Amino acid sequence: MAIFLTEHSRILVQGITGTEGARHTRRMVAAGSTVVAGVVPNRDGQRLDDIPIFGDVASAVAATGADVSVVFVPPRFAKAAVLEAVDASVPLTVVVTEGIPVHDSVEFVARARAAGVRIIGPNCPGLISPGQSNAGIIPADIAKRGRIGLVSKSGTLTYQLMHELRDFGFTSCVGIGGDPVAGTSHIDCLAAFEADPETDAIVLIGEIGGDAEERAAAFVRDHVTKPVVGYVAGFTAPPGRTMGHAGAIVSGSSGTAAAKKSALEAAGVAVGTTPTETAQLMRDLLAS
Amino acid sequence: MDLFEHQAHDLFALHDIPTGRRRVALTPAEAAAAAAAIGGKVVIKAQVKTGGRGKAGGVRLASSPDEAAHAAERILGMDIHGHTVHSVLVTDASEIVAEYYVALLLDRAAGGFLALLSGAGGMDIESAPPELLVRAPLDIDGGLTDGLALSLCADAGLPSEVAPVLTALWRLLRAEDATLVEINPLALLADGTIRALDGKITLDDNASFRHPQHAGLAAAAPADPREAAAARKHLNYVKLDGSVGVIGNGAGLVMSTLDVVAAAGEAHGGVTPANFLDIGGGASARVMADSLEIVLADPDVTAVLVNVFGGITACDAVADGILQAYWQLTDGGGPLRAPLIVRMDGNNAEKGRRMLVAAALPGVLTAETMDGAATLAAAMARQEAP
Repeated sequence: MAIFLTEHSRILVQGITGTEGARHTRRMVAAGSTVVAGVVPNRDGQRLDDIPIFGDVASAVAATGADVSVVFVPPRFAKAAVLEAVDASVPLTVVVTEGIPVHDSVEFVARARAAGVRIIGPNCPGLISPGQSNAGIIPADIAKRGRIGLVSKSGTLTYQLMHELRDFGFTSCVGIGGDPVAGTSHIDCLAAFEADPETDAIVLIGEIGGDAEERAAAFVRDHVTKPVVGYVAGFTAPPGRTMGHAGAIVSGSSGTAAAKKSALEAAGVAVGTTPTETAQLMRDLLAS
Repeated sequence: MDLFEHQAHDLFALHDIPTGRRRVALTPAEAAAAAAAIGGKVVIKAQVKTGGRGKAGGVRLASSPDEAAHAAERILGMDIHGHTVHSVLVTDASEIVAEYYVALLLDRAAGGFLALLSGAGGMDIESAPPELLVRAPLDIDGGLTDGLALSLCADAGLPSEVAPVLTALWRLLRAEDATLVEINPLALLADGTIRALDGKITLDDNASFRHPQHAGLAAAAPADPREAAAARKHLNYVKLDGSVGVIGNGAGLVMSTLDVVAAAGEAHGGVTPANFLDIGGGASARVMADSLEIVLADPDVTAVLVNVFGGITACDAVADGILQAYWQLTDGGGPLRAPLIVRMDGNNAEKGRRMLVAAALPGVLTAETMDGAATLAAAMARQEAP
């Protein structure tokens, strides 16, 4: 098993003819993912390589049975695209697009909750279940299939930890994104990894801003029996400055890396001071 | 983007929230003229994007234009918690009967917006007793209706005259793509009217494409010159206080690099990072040259650490970008102004490192690991320090 994305997943790509959309679609296909459709308004009936393109999500779903959408649509049009996927009851929509206004994210996350479907992102690298499927932009060849689950706000830190632990491999790695409002939280992923029989241990990567890591720590304490190691980035970030990700900001005394680290440690999570040390903690744990 | 108080007042007025008569002054003479135009008693307030300005002496009363000029002279140029005062707001002093707190803000945890109201206005709301604070999540589609506004006012013990201010605040929040609108205090005046006396607004930078009118608000904020130069080149750069320039790909990895440099720096006389610079997905020669140029323009920088994880962009391409950038910046000649430590990992990392080693550029070093690279950069930065 894996979480959210398996070898049976049937992927459609919204914005498949854009530069990024086309490029990453080809990478997903090369990684063995089943990409069944593209969606681009006014391009109904065309193809990208062998993949049929539809004018809207509902038609694509009806014709192909797609159950995952990956959105590469630019920020200006992203809200309409995501709402289209939600309204077509696509069970999982991965929003890669960076720079979506947060009011738009609030709208589509609310609509997805009401419809009972999942959004991952926005501003995220997507998720990969190595050896099974890849929905988004995570490089497929970093690590093989294994028994570690990973959840992270950051794309490159995900890649770094996957690389460091590549000999162990992963069930699923989920990049939930660095925006202030996200469709899927650390907690959603922790719960799914806890329930997944093939996942033995979990890596949780956080960064400054908000209190998602503190809430995740409480969830680990109360609901997770599998071992968890953690890493938090941004100890040296100055207050009030946005550090790359729209959500990565220390506001006054809240959202600091130190607070997140101590909350995680209080919940029994071993927290590394560097990505390499974090990987070592996981190695020690799996060896014991 | 956080707005200055006077900009918040302007947006309040635009969305039918009552505000006082006011003018912005950059000099004591302008403050005197503003006081004369407003008439009567005025308040002179430092315009800085930080709290605690009253306690710091940044707010003064004046009964005449002369007094206003004198007050402005004392406030302009003040440093309030690291923020220099470049302008003051001159506004009419009002006779206050009661002060309230109202705010609408993004609740990240809930993924939605939240209304906060309190009868205990004028104070730091974080220190307000929780029982005096009414919190209500707001439905993004339903919004803040007249009925909801009235019931929230009743819950918080505020007069019903505040309800139209709440609905106007919601319209402002939605129309301007704000993530925070706060009026503190919202005052009941002796004449029975309601007025916003102080306000905070944060606008969502991601929404600037649909608000061309907000461009002027940002222009009013003086930025660090290097940050402005980086923004023009679409690079994500934040100036910090230390001496190790940091360039990397991905916000999380760059933040992590800063932390690892600071930790390694503890053993080298307290060396810390000089900046955050995220080059994003690609690492072309052009992006690398622009990045190195901006980082090296900072006189505090005595060593530069490039930390890249090669995912989609393989490390040999990154190495090629670094080589080309180096030739571009040095005109094919001598070393860069400061040593450059490069650490690459991921896709084709070994090949990338070999390319850099083979090129044998003076002042360019490679490191195998992130922790090792940070230690090397900290040691070099200290050694090169003037």
